[in-house]
Amino acid sequence: MSFIDRTARSFLLAELVSGMALTLKYMFKPKVTINYPYEKGPLSPRFRGEHALRRYPNGEERCIACKLCEAICPAQAITIEVEPRDDGSRRTTRYDIDMTKCIYCGFCEEACPVDAIVEGPNFEFATENREELFYDKDKLLANGERWEAELAARLEADAPYR
Amino acid sequence: MPKLTVDGIEVEVEAGATVLQACEEAGKEIPRFCYHERLSIAGNCRMCLVEMERAPKPVASCAMPAADGMVIKTDSDLVKKARNGVMEFLLINHPLDCPICDQGGECDLQDQAMAYGFDSSRYAEKKRAVKDKELGPIVKTIMTRCIHCTRCVRFSEEVAGVGTMGAVYRGEDTEVGPYIEASINSELSGNLVDLCPVGALTSKPYAFTARPWELKKTDSVDVMDAVGSNIRIDARTGEVMRVLPRTHEDINEEWISDKTRYAIDGLKRQRLDRPYVRKDGKLQPASWDEAFAAIKAKVSGLAGNKIAALAGDTVDCESMTALKDLMGKLGSANLDCRQDGSKIGGPRASYIFNSTIAGIDEADACLIVGANVRAEAPIINSRLRKRWRSTAGDFKVGIIGEKWDPTYKNDYLGAGPDTLQEILDGKNDFAKVLEAAEKPMIIVGMGALSREDGDAVLAATRAIAEKYGMVAGEWNGFNVLHTAASRVGGLDLGFVPGEGGLATNDILDGVAKGDIEVVYLLGADEVDMSKLEKAFVIYQGAMGDAGAQAADVILPGAAYTEKNGTYVNTEGRAQQGWRAIFPVGDAREDWAIVRALSGALDLTLPYNNIDAVRERMVELSPTFASLNVPTRAEWTDFGKAGDMKSDGFVSPVRNFYMTDPISRASVTMAKCTEAFVKDAAAEKVA
Repeated sequence: MSFIDRTARSFLLAELVSGMALTLKYMFKPKVTINYPYEKGPLSPRFRGEHALRRYPNGEERCIACKLCEAICPAQAITIEVEPRDDGSRRTTRYDIDMTKCIYCGFCEEACPVDAIVEGPNFEFATENREELFYDKDKLLANGERWEAELAARLEADAPYR
Repeated sequence: MPKLTVDGIEVEVEAGATVLQACEEAGKEIPRFCYHERLSIAGNCRMCLVEMERAPKPVASCAMPAADGMVIKTDSDLVKKARNGVMEFLLINHPLDCPICDQGGECDLQDQAMAYGFDSSRYAEKKRAVKDKELGPIVKTIMTRCIHCTRCVRFSEEVAGVGTMGAVYRGEDTEVGPYIEASINSELSGNLVDLCPVGALTSKPYAFTARPWELKKTDSVDVMDAVGSNIRIDARTGEVMRVLPRTHEDINEEWISDKTRYAIDGLKRQRLDRPYVRKDGKLQPASWDEAFAAIKAKVSGLAGNKIAALAGDTVDCESMTALKDLMGKLGSANLDCRQDGSKIGGPRASYIFNSTIAGIDEADACLIVGANVRAEAPIINSRLRKRWRSTAGDFKVGIIGEKWDPTYKNDYLGAGPDTLQEILDGKNDFAKVLEAAEKPMIIVGMGALSREDGDAVLAATRAIAEKYGMVAGEWNGFNVLHTAASRVGGLDLGFVPGEGGLATNDILDGVAKGDIEVVYLLGADEVDMSKLEKAFVIYQGAMGDAGAQAADVILPGAAYTEKNGTYVNTEGRAQQGWRAIFPVGDAREDWAIVRALSGALDLTLPYNNIDAVRERMVELSPTFASLNVPTRAEWTDFGKAGDMKSDGFVSPVRNFYMTDPISRASVTMAKCTEAFVKDAAAEKVA
C-alpha cells in the first residue's frame, strides 16, 4: 500500500507543489529582511558601538583623566597618560583605545564620572588594516564631535533607568 | 598598667596609652584622621569615637587615656551612629572631586567614607571654597579638600621644627596653611604629602602622573645620603614615578628627606644609555665590544701601579667588590672610595655611627663637630630634634663648625679645632655638660675629617670620647656621620689603597706627574676632573655628569633604582635594595659590567651571578653576613695625634638639594634650590 502511495506522490510532483505553495504564501507576507546598508534595523539607546570622547557645550573636553576606564577595562584596551595642562587642570596627553582588544562590554562608559567616554550607535567602522583600529585621542574626540547630537539624545533617553 | 575591656576582650596596656591604642591591642580597628602615632594628640576629627560605659556620650578614643576597669564598646549601635554622623559632617564641605584628586585610590577619607558614609548627601546648601596656599615647589595644595585634622601643622611644628603652619579663623571659616605666605623651608616637607589623610596636600612633581593602582611597588634603600632610609619605589611602564618611605623604626621611622623623595626625576635626564669611546677628541657612540677593546688596548701591558680606581658616592657594594677584585688581578693597589680624601678607614669603630641612629633616643648630650646634620642627614637631625623634644629641652647639643639652624636649642661653641681643643682640655662650658651626661655622644662630620689634618681631628675627637666617658660598657657614643651612601660599604670591603697604593689626592697628583696612566671612575663625579686630563679615564656610571665629561671610555651603568644592590649606611648596617625597573638602553648592572670587562681583559673574575658576588662580599667583610643589623665595632686605637690647623670646619654639603649627579640633574631639586637656597643667600646679603 505504502509503495503505491509513494509512487503516486512522486509522479504527481506533490513535494514540488507543496514547496512552491509555501513560496507563494510568503510572497504575500511582510518581508523580514532589510536592504542594508540603505536600510538599518532599530538600535537600543544602550547599544554599545564605536567609542567616542565627548566635549562640553562650550568646547572643553569632558575627560578629566581619572583613569577609571583604564582601570576597569577587562581587556586592557585603554591606555591613558596624564599631565597638568598649562592652566593647571587635569587632562590627558594620550588616550588610546585598541579597538582590536576591546570587547564592547561598556564598562568604560559605566565607570566614567563625567560621561566623557561613551559607546555610540556606530557599528560600521570596519577598516582595511589593523593600524586604523588603534584609536587615539584625536580620533575619539572627532568621533565625539561627529556623533554628539545622537550621543546626547541616547544618554537622555537612558537616564531615567540609570 | 591599666587593664580594660574592649568589646568583651580584656587587654592590658602600658601606662599612658590611649583608649585607641588599647582598642588596637584588642585587634579592633578604629577609624581616625587626626591621630598619628608619631605626632602629638589633637583629638579634633572626632572620627575615633567609641562608647564607654558610665560615660554620658561617646568619647574620642585617641585623646582618652586608658584607665583601669574601663569598658569600651567599638561596635555598638551608638558608635556606628556616631561615626556615620561625623563622616557626614566631614563630607559636608569636602568637594566631590575624587576623580581628579591625586589622593584618589589611597585616600583615608575615601576608604572610610566607603565604610562609614552614606551613599548620598543630604546637604543641599552651598559648599565652602578655600583659597589654595603656596607651599613651594614640592607640596601642592587644594585647601578646599582640607578636613582640618592639623596633622601637617603638628608635623611641621614637632618633627620638622619649622613652626610655619597653623590654622587661622574659626568654625566653618577655618583655614589651614602657613601663617604668612611662604614656602615651607624644611628638608622634610615631602612628608606632609604622606601625612595628609585627604588630597589637600599632594605632591607637586607627581601631580596627575599616575594612579596608585597602576604602580609596581619595590622595596629599596635610598642612596642620596648615608642614612640608608628605607624606601619604596613606585614604578609604571619602566619609569620610576615616585619614592615613598618604608617604616624602619631604627633608621628613618616613617620619614624621608625631600632629596630622597624627589631627586628621582634626575634619573630621566642626562642618562648614559650606551657605551662611548673618545675618538679624535670627541666621545663617539660605540658598542660594548668596542668599548672593552679600547680599554684592553690601553691597559694590556701596562704596569699595575699605573692604574688607579675611584669609587663614587652612590655605588653599590657589589660593583665595588667586583672592581676591587679586578684591580687586584691587574696588580694595582691604587684604589679609593673616599673621593673627598677624608682621613677615615682605620678600625671599624673609627668610621661608623657607633651609637646607631636609634641610640640617639638614649643619649643625653651631643657634641656635633664639623657637620651640618640638617643638610647632610635630615633624618638624623629630626631624630636629634625628637630626642630634644622628648627630654623637654634637657638634651644639650653643642655645635662646633659652621653656624647652622638645627631646629632645636643648641650651644654654638666655635668654628674649628681650637674649640675642639678647649673641650678636650676641659676649658669650655660645654665640657661640664659632657661630664655630667650619662650617655654623651659626639657626631663627627666629613667637614672635620676630610681636611689635611683629618687624622689629628680624628685623634682629638677620640680623645674627647675617651675623656668624657662616651664609650662605656654597652654604650658607644663616638659617631661618624658620612655624606655618601657607599662610603661605609667601601671601607668595610677594603676599597682603600692597598700596600704601597695611593689614596685619592695622591692618585690625582700622580696623574699630573705621569705616574698614573689609567683611572677607572666607578660613578665618581666629585673629584677635580681637571687633574685627570693627562690620564686615560674610564667612567662607569649612570649619569652624564663631570666624570663622563672627562672620560675616554664610558661604560653605562645602572642607577640605584635599576639594580639589586647592597648598601651600608653610616651606622654600618648592610641593607639590600631591589630592582624596580630595568636599566635604560644598553646600560647594565654595574658588577656585571666589571665582570664582563674582566673577561675581555682575560682576567675573568670568579663569579657568574650576584649571589656569588655576595658570597665574595661576606669573605671580605663580616658586615655583609647579616643584613639589617648594625654590628658593634670594637673600640680600639685610631687617629694620629698632631697639630690641628686653626681654620674652621666647613661642611661639604653646600646645597642640600644638589649633592650628587642624580640630584644635580633633577628639575625638582633645581626648583627647590631656587626657592630655598637662593632665598637664604639673599637674606644673608640683606
